Amino acid sequence: MDINWLDANYLPWLIPVPPLFSFLLIILVLGRYKILSAVVATSSVFLSFLMAWPLFFKAALFTEDFGFRDGVYRVFGSHITWMDLGYQQFKMGVTVDPLTTTLLFMVPLAMLMIFIYSIGYMRAYPENDPHQIRFSRFFAYLSLFAGAMLTLVVADNLLLLFMGWEVMGLCSYLLIGFLFEKKSAYQAAVKAFMTTRIADVFFLVGIGYLFAETGSLSYRDILYNEAVLERLGNSDLTGFLGLSAAAIIGTLIVIGTIGKAAQFPLHVWLPDAMEGPTPVSAMIHAAAMVSAGVYLVIRFFPLLEAGGNPHHAEYTLPLIVMGVLGSVTALGGGFLGIAQNDIKRVLAYSTISQLGFMVAALGIGAYVAAAFHLITHAFFKALLFMCSGAVIHAMEHGEHHLHEMGHDDAIPHRVQPGEATPYGTDYIGPHGEAPNDLEWQPTVPAGIDLSFVAVPNDMRLMGGLFNRIPVTALTMLAGSLSLAGFPILSAGFWSKDEILADALLFITEPSAFEGHGAPWLHILVFFSLFFAAMMTAFYTTRMWIMTFAGTPRSEIAKYATLKHEHHHHEHEHDHHHDAHAVVPHDAHEHEAEEENRFSWERFKAWWSVYSNSALMQGPLVVLAFFAIFAGFVGMHPNFPILNILTGGNGASGGTNYFYNLVSDTLIHLPPKPPFATEGSIKIPLPLLSSLTAFFVGAGLGYMVYGVPIEAGEKDRSEAFFGSQLWTAMQNRLYIDTFYLRTFYVPFEWFARKISYQAIDKETIDEFLHTVADTMVSIGEALKMLNRVVIDGVGDGIPSLIASAGRYFRNIQSGSIQQYLLFSSGILLLIVVGFLLIV
Amino acid sequence: METQFAGILTAILGAPIVGAMIILLLDEKARDQVRWIAAFATGISLALGLLVFFTYNIDDGQDAASLHNDANLYVRESGTLRPALVEEVNGELVRITDENGLPLDRADLTELTERPSFNNVEIVYSGPIKFQFVDRIPWIGELGISYQLGVDGLTAAMVMLTGLASFAGVLISWSIEERPREFFAFFLLLTAGVYGVFLATDIFLMFFFYELAIFPMYLLIAGWGWVELREYASMKLTLYILIGSVIALVGVLVLYFAAGSFFRDNPELIPATSSGAYSFDFNHLYQAAQLGAYDQAGYLSSLGIDGLTIARFWFPFVFIGFGVLAGLFPFHNWSPDGHVAAPTAVSMIHAGVLMKLGAYAALRFGVQLMPDGARTHLPWIIFLALVNVVMGAFIAFRQRDFKYVIGFSSVSHMGLVSMGFATMNVTGMTGAGLQMFSHGVMTALFFSCVGMVYDRAHTRDLPSLGGFIKKMPIVGVAFILGGFVSMGMPGLSGFVAEFPILIGVWKGIPAEVLDKATTPLTGELANYYAYVVMTAVLGIILTAAYVLRVTAQVFFGEFDAEKYPEVEQRPLLIQDRVALLLLSFWLIIVGVQPQILTNLIENAVIPVADLLKYS
Repeated sequence: MDINWLDANYLPWLIPVPPLFSFLLIILVLGRYKILSAVVATSSVFLSFLMAWPLFFKAALFTEDFGFRDGVYRVFGSHITWMDLGYQQFKMGVTVDPLTTTLLFMVPLAMLMIFIYSIGYMRAYPENDPHQIRFSRFFAYLSLFAGAMLTLVVADNLLLLFMGWEVMGLCSYLLIGFLFEKKSAYQAAVKAFMTTRIADVFFLVGIGYLFAETGSLSYRDILYNEAVLERLGNSDLTGFLGLSAAAIIGTLIVIGTIGKAAQFPLHVWLPDAMEGPTPVSAMIHAAAMVSAGVYLVIRFFPLLEAGGNPHHAEYTLPLIVMGVLGSVTALGGGFLGIAQNDIKRVLAYSTISQLGFMVAALGIGAYVAAAFHLITHAFFKALLFMCSGAVIHAMEHGEHHLHEMGHDDAIPHRVQPGEATPYGTDYIGPHGEAPNDLEWQPTVPAGIDLSFVAVPNDMRLMGGLFNRIPVTALTMLAGSLSLAGFPILSAGFWSKDEILADALLFITEPSAFEGHGAPWLHILVFFSLFFAAMMTAFYTTRMWIMTFAGTPRSEIAKYATLKHEHHHHEHEHDHHHDAHAVVPHDAHEHEAEEENRFSWERFKAWWSVYSNSALMQGPLVVLAFFAIFAGFVGMHPNFPILNILTGGNGASGGTNYFYNLVSDTLIHLPPKPPFATEGSIKIPLPLLSSLTAFFVGAGLGYMVYGVPIEAGEKDRSEAFFGSQLWTAMQNRLYIDTFYLRTFYVPFEWFARKISYQAIDKETIDEFLHTVADTMVSIGEALKMLNRVVIDGVGDGIPSLIASAGRYFRNIQSGSIQQYLLFSSGILLLIVVGFLLIV
Repeated sequence: METQFAGILTAILGAPIVGAMIILLLDEKARDQVRWIAAFATGISLALGLLVFFTYNIDDGQDAASLHNDANLYVRESGTLRPALVEEVNGELVRITDENGLPLDRADLTELTERPSFNNVEIVYSGPIKFQFVDRIPWIGELGISYQLGVDGLTAAMVMLTGLASFAGVLISWSIEERPREFFAFFLLLTAGVYGVFLATDIFLMFFFYELAIFPMYLLIAGWGWVELREYASMKLTLYILIGSVIALVGVLVLYFAAGSFFRDNPELIPATSSGAYSFDFNHLYQAAQLGAYDQAGYLSSLGIDGLTIARFWFPFVFIGFGVLAGLFPFHNWSPDGHVAAPTAVSMIHAGVLMKLGAYAALRFGVQLMPDGARTHLPWIIFLALVNVVMGAFIAFRQRDFKYVIGFSSVSHMGLVSMGFATMNVTGMTGAGLQMFSHGVMTALFFSCVGMVYDRAHTRDLPSLGGFIKKMPIVGVAFILGGFVSMGMPGLSGFVAEFPILIGVWKGIPAEVLDKATTPLTGELANYYAYVVMTAVLGIILTAAYVLRVTAQVFFGEFDAEKYPEVEQRPLLIQDRVALLLLSFWLIIVGVQPQILTNLIENAVIPVADLLKYS
């Protein structure tokens, strides 16, 4: 094969290689060198970044020559044969099409930021902490994660995608369970892996069915081949509930997404996944894993809608599943986000909810909007998670500081309940050891208390952190506004607006639905997402205010900082000491002269104090930029005034760059939602709805939490919801407990009682033992027979002969008289016998 | 019959036997020499096995019964066979003529892989499997027994697997201090027996080695096994396997006589390579199968049952008889007990290779000799396999003994192999072959990990273990790797094995096979294959559950240094590390580049699929 690696057709192969190589290098060689590992890992992602962005710009700047236009499919890509299966082959290949390029823009950038941030994050832990001990391994896992995600992005077939998908699952398992000494950590890892695994297996079945049906898994063969789509969409193909093959395969694929993108009812793993170190959360919830879940359904949208058309209210089963579950998830996630006190858990629920937005959007065919929200969400959610990591670090620092000063009593003491989770592993035998006796039973906890919050994560103990970590506070503000949908100056606003605009098509463009069914899914999705957006604005406001505004609500928050402090000058209990004024001691005296002069010594001194802070907060600033400005590329062409920025005339004629790029991924162009309603009075309904959602939500949030709560004060929303519902919300509406009781317990019972005891032991083995016992009894019987009858005969004859011989020996006494007596006696007997017989 | 001798296979088979003899001649105190000789003997076999694996000629071994591969061609008209000829026209079109050169109707073909259907005549093909590296020496001519070794694609892979497992087994057993001389001698004999079964292409020889494999196994378990269970388990194992093999042997003998009488009646059909009408040569029986020798009622006609042929009657006995060794439900119960009771190296060979041996023999003597029996019976046997997959996983999930978990996981995974066979299409059967290899290496890795933990902790009770990855990181990583293989993680060998099986079951029985099947039940059951997939995935989910549970219990959490002092006192030997690395390497390489294995397996499997379609 003639390969030129600089050719855009082969370049995609190389994009995932550096991180994968870095994984191997760190695992095999560099394990001992912490900083070197981190640098290698970060540079590897930077290399991928350097390869990915040119492809993006090539696609974005020359949209006319790229993607699916006029029946021609122009993409970069190449493939090889990977496995022969009889007369069929699995082909492995890479492709870069418009949708891929958007991810190639977002993923390497977000990952690079996460990697840089991780260096600071991990270094900030004390020497003997597990974070420090497994420092290199952390970067190895992150590299593998990054490599898997990039593989998934550039894959040109479902199989390679699935490989990246599963390897990411593996990495998330390893990373969530990074602190494997902690039970809660490895249980969370197992829970995350198992939950997504259940979904993945259905996904795998879908892949198998697709392959069996079409003989290929390549996007090009399936998604860009109308004949195949039509055949799959034809409901005569299967006899199963009157569903078409596309509906069955599509639903199975959607189930895969439900697991990976944490949609109801398989969302339970995601809040627990917060056990992992914070950069992992950013990786899982922003750049990689959950994005991959949504990417899958976006990618397979042509298959999911095969046989229907959401723009004419002809919803296929996969679309209905996505629309309904996405709506439920968006609403439920937003609802639960309100009650969380753990800053990361708020973000976890907001992630669940935002992913629900995307999935629901796709359910009504809002292809471009879903992709757009995927990108903007990745930026601001990565930002938010990394900010929360900085906050937690600052709080841990405060905790550590109090501990150093001997003020342990000022640190709230909390013990995580040690009960097993649904997937727990607590098996306690009746007598300790005794393997495999049938009596022992696993302990199944009656319920699980999920309201536990670790001290540094607890927003109730924060407050007033703005003065302690201002950069984090400001960047988090940018991220929060984007999440809440702050108008114009936030990326989240534009993408959410576009989703709502698509959902509102049933009002703004009713002509499309005329003559078809009722657009019930559009209506459902619109109202769910509208209220979900409102709740998002509400809890985001709550989160930011509780964290940063007001005064510290605990001693810990007073000492929170990201600076690396040298303890010898930190024992002064200086409450006024200013975050900006700390300069190392030896530099104090010469400060005046050296102020304007750079010296290596000065830099080193500065670095020793501020390095972690800089490494952590630098990426935040970069991501904040995107969280604020990335949305303009998806502006509606008719957006008043601002469309001048995109080449419009102030009233209309602007360009939706994102639409132009991504829409070329599809054979049929997705609809462009109008800016305002039809008719004489043009009401910009989509814009109004997103503005309303933001202002009502954020306004309510400000009304309730505007005056920061005091230490020990009850949450003000609790009064509104009632304490019972509030407790339930903090316990995640007891869904985990429900799963434990309905699935785990019966399954375990079945495994133990039916499979093992009843079938294996008491039927099969019992039968065997009965047979064996019978055989033994038969053997015994035969032995008896042998002894009595056969031995009786066999031994009897010789012994008879012997005793006869002994008897007759006596005859030979040597006495003539006796002989004569015997002879005459016998003669007499013969004569008598003869007479008798005759 | 001509004598042929390539020698390499004889060397593979001979090395362990010679090694065992030398070991028995040594002094009992020469412990280190014994170990090195054992390592050397298995190492030679492994190296030669790798040589065979990589030099196996794939193009030469192609579908023996295809048109383009000099098969013998016959037409069957009203029950009698007569030879036919193939002519190539323009290098592409093929014309079939009878012996007088007159073309048969509709005899123009464009696709060589497809076979023509004719209106009034049936085309019958027969050709041998093209074994490679053949060693053949006539032995007992009157009975048609000869010393015959050879490999096809599947056995080349299995021989390599045996090499891996036995070599790793010797390395793992390095620290055995209890009568190492006898242990290694028996172990080498066991290895030789296993090699013999895979290599022998003479059925008599194959049965000889089959029994040779079982008796050292009995002695090894009874002598070196886990004290509490070894007598029970070794007896159970031996009886199960012996009874199974005896039943299968009877079935194969029936085929031997049926083939003999068939060829006696039709002497012109006797294959050129056979010495006479009666022969134990596998290819002899195989070609008899292709010509339909077993599709007659034969002696069973006295029973007066309509449609009962030798193949249909004996297939379940032969398939399940060997299936016992593959752990087929409900005859699987010997295996977990046997695994648990056996010493580590024996468990590795046992679960890693011996169970494959059963599956292999079931395929070779069941499916390949009685295709019509397979068509009739495999559709219901798939449900047994399904029970294997799901129930094995369920039971593994609730086990408390570390080794029992792995034991039942083998039961579950071997179910997938039988399931792959039962798909009767190339995809599924290739997957089954891959699964045989993948599971063999994986379970060997599992058992070596378990052994290393048990040797130091002296308990396998899961709740009392914990945190071992801190002290034994290599073992932990190897176990986790094996775990991910077993749950079918892409990029590892488990996935490339399980995925084709799933696809194979989705595809179901090929239409041509269904056309050939004469019992209505076959078609009826074939409709349920989609449900089989849906249920089998439950097994895959449960696999993830028990693997993660065990990993978490043994390797994660806090380590109790006081309870397990030996862990630090006895670091891993270099031999242990080599063994783990060797096994892990293959799991990854096959996952990343399955082509090295699929090429070979396909080579062996396509003839089987064709046979099921056309014979």
